[in-house]
Amino acid sequence: MSKAMEPDLQTPLGRASGPTAKESGKEWSHPSDHWLRGFVLDNRASLGTLAVFIVMMAIFMIANPTVFTTWYLYSSVLTTLPVALFVVVPLVFVVTCGEIDLSFPATMGFASWVFAIVVQAGYDPFLGIAAALLTGTLLGFLVGSLVVYGGLSSLIATLGMNFLLRGLIQIINEGKSTALTNLADSSAYAIFSSQLWGIPVQIFWAIAFVVFSALLYNRHRFGAQVKVVGDNPDSAKQMGIDVQRVRVKVFVFTGIGAAIAGTFSVMINFTWWPTAGDGYLLPVLASVFVGGTPTWGGIGTVAGGAIGAVTVSFIQTGVVAAGLSGFYVQFFNGLIIILSLLGHKWNQARYR
Amino acid sequence: MGERIIELRDIKKSYGQVYALGGVNLSVDRGEVVGLIGDNGAGKSTLIKILSGVVKPTSGDILVRGKPVTGWSAARSRDAGIETVFQDRALAVQQTIVRNIFMGRELTGFLGWLKVGKEIEEASRLMREIGFTSKVFTPHSIVGQLSGGERQGVAIARAIYKQAELIILDEPTTALSLTETAKVFHFVRQVRASGRSILFIGHNIHHVFDIADRFVVLDRGKVALTADRTEIKSADDLINFMEEIAHPGGLPGLHEAGGAEQRAR
Ligand SMILES: Nc1ncnc2c1ncn2[C@@H]1O[C@H](COP(=O)(O)OP(=O)(O)OP(=O)(O)O)[C@@H](O)[C@H]1O
Ligand SMILES: [Mg+2]
Repeated sequence: MSKAMEPDLQTPLGRASGPTAKESGKEWSHPSDHWLRGFVLDNRASLGTLAVFIVMMAIFMIANPTVFTTWYLYSSVLTTLPVALFVVVPLVFVVTCGEIDLSFPATMGFASWVFAIVVQAGYDPFLGIAAALLTGTLLGFLVGSLVVYGGLSSLIATLGMNFLLRGLIQIINEGKSTALTNLADSSAYAIFSSQLWGIPVQIFWAIAFVVFSALLYNRHRFGAQVKVVGDNPDSAKQMGIDVQRVRVKVFVFTGIGAAIAGTFSVMINFTWWPTAGDGYLLPVLASVFVGGTPTWGGIGTVAGGAIGAVTVSFIQTGVVAAGLSGFYVQFFNGLIIILSLLGHKWNQARYR
Repeated sequence: MGERIIELRDIKKSYGQVYALGGVNLSVDRGEVVGLIGDNGAGKSTLIKILSGVVKPTSGDILVRGKPVTGWSAARSRDAGIETVFQDRALAVQQTIVRNIFMGRELTGFLGWLKVGKEIEEASRLMREIGFTSKVFTPHSIVGQLSGGERQGVAIARAIYKQAELIILDEPTTALSLTETAKVFHFVRQVRASGRSILFIGHNIHHVFDIADRFVVLDRGKVALTADRTEIKSADDLINFMEEIAHPGGLPGLHEAGGAEQRAR
């Protein structure tokens, strides 16, 4: 049987004897001939999110054109949006890896608490930032190890850790906040929380973080392994990937992001509250999924998550600015989430 | 034969009360093709999973190039030059062909950043080398969009990328057309010609007989027969032997079926 087949086989194999990179490039051209079509196909989740955002903004602007020409509106969004971005982006990694992390609000609170303690004690805020980052890393490692090596459901275990850590903060502080009056004169404040050309400087740091993370997601071994582990952990294990370690790493990444986010929020307000970070849980989660990262793991989009965060933070500001009462905010939040999910579902096929 | 690449000594593996393997010895030398055959549930896949470090044996020793190893793992096995095409293909179906080929051994440069261009170039070279090319899919295609045979091609391309010394193929031809089966066999011969080794698992005894230098028959977790090609006259001898161990004393129905197969051949 196989003898008869051999002449057939010579053709493809014969061709392979001396292939050059150029030849291979030609033969493997992208199925969509036009680069624009290829770009749209590859980025349809984030482009869909962008479309939702543009439509939403258009509706707001038509409702009340004058308010949307005032810079103040954008300035306020640009101050708070960065805080969300620092946790939305790592959460895209977590969800892609097939996990979820609900403990980041408490990590934000805990890490920024450490920052506040160091600054209030009179040390340089840079030292406070380093201490906060270290705290976030350790907490991320703790939460990740508990989930991964304890073999627990990340949904429940991280929810528990969120309560536990927040409870610790509350027990020790008894509800008391910390004012950081000397922060405004520091060079750290000038670098991380001032204005540049009238634009809140935080947004530049956040954009840098998003770009770096998008590269990490698409162009780095870490991102590649996160996707494979979320897609098929058994295969990843069979191919020699340390699946547990990759999983712990995404929680550590979230811990670091939460520490940065918490520190930035304290710098905006000059005050640390024992509830710091609490309000971010639901908007941040919504941003990840509005952004087009599916719940089942294996795929996701960092850029989409960032656009999702922009969308979610404009809902509140936009609803009020458009002249509607604040009671409409939740309704619009829900509407955007549902519409986005429907859009993404139609947009993404799930392969098995 | 040449150098002994890997050797398993008295490997036992139990799943709870069930013994999947009850003391198996197996070795593969350089440049030989070993055919591993046996009934469904005989323990073939379990055995190769132990070889590839995915499953830890309950007891027994693993020797690589004559030296006993400790802490055997999937990563260690791949580093030792053993690549496996698993029965379930072990593909991440939402990822691209490139990402699957380089799963677990991404081509990276400075600080772990991917060499994307090099990966694409190598992936296209590999796919062409084994003859699994098409105008329809590219290295960027999502594996979930490929047919069963094409997915198999991806799994094989991944296994040959690193010029592995031993390639393990667990039922590589199930779900393949005749043409693609022939490609796999052609590839097996190529690998042997280049002085590397193959451990081939298959249910079609005729196929295995055609390509293997040595046969190992596994029966309910034990090696029932190890024989060189020269010791066995024809595939039918092997088939008869397997029927005999499966049903000692013989089942009339089965023998008739075996006879029919002989006549057809
Ligand atoms: N993870 C597991 N847990 C429990 N039992 C298992 C597990 N894996 C395999 N077994 C059992 O071990 C035995 C050997 O299985 P194995 O997959 O090695 O067989 P096989 O020879 O590859 O069969 P096939 O030809 O059908 O692929 C079977 O009885 C199977 O039920
Ligand atoms: Mg099997």
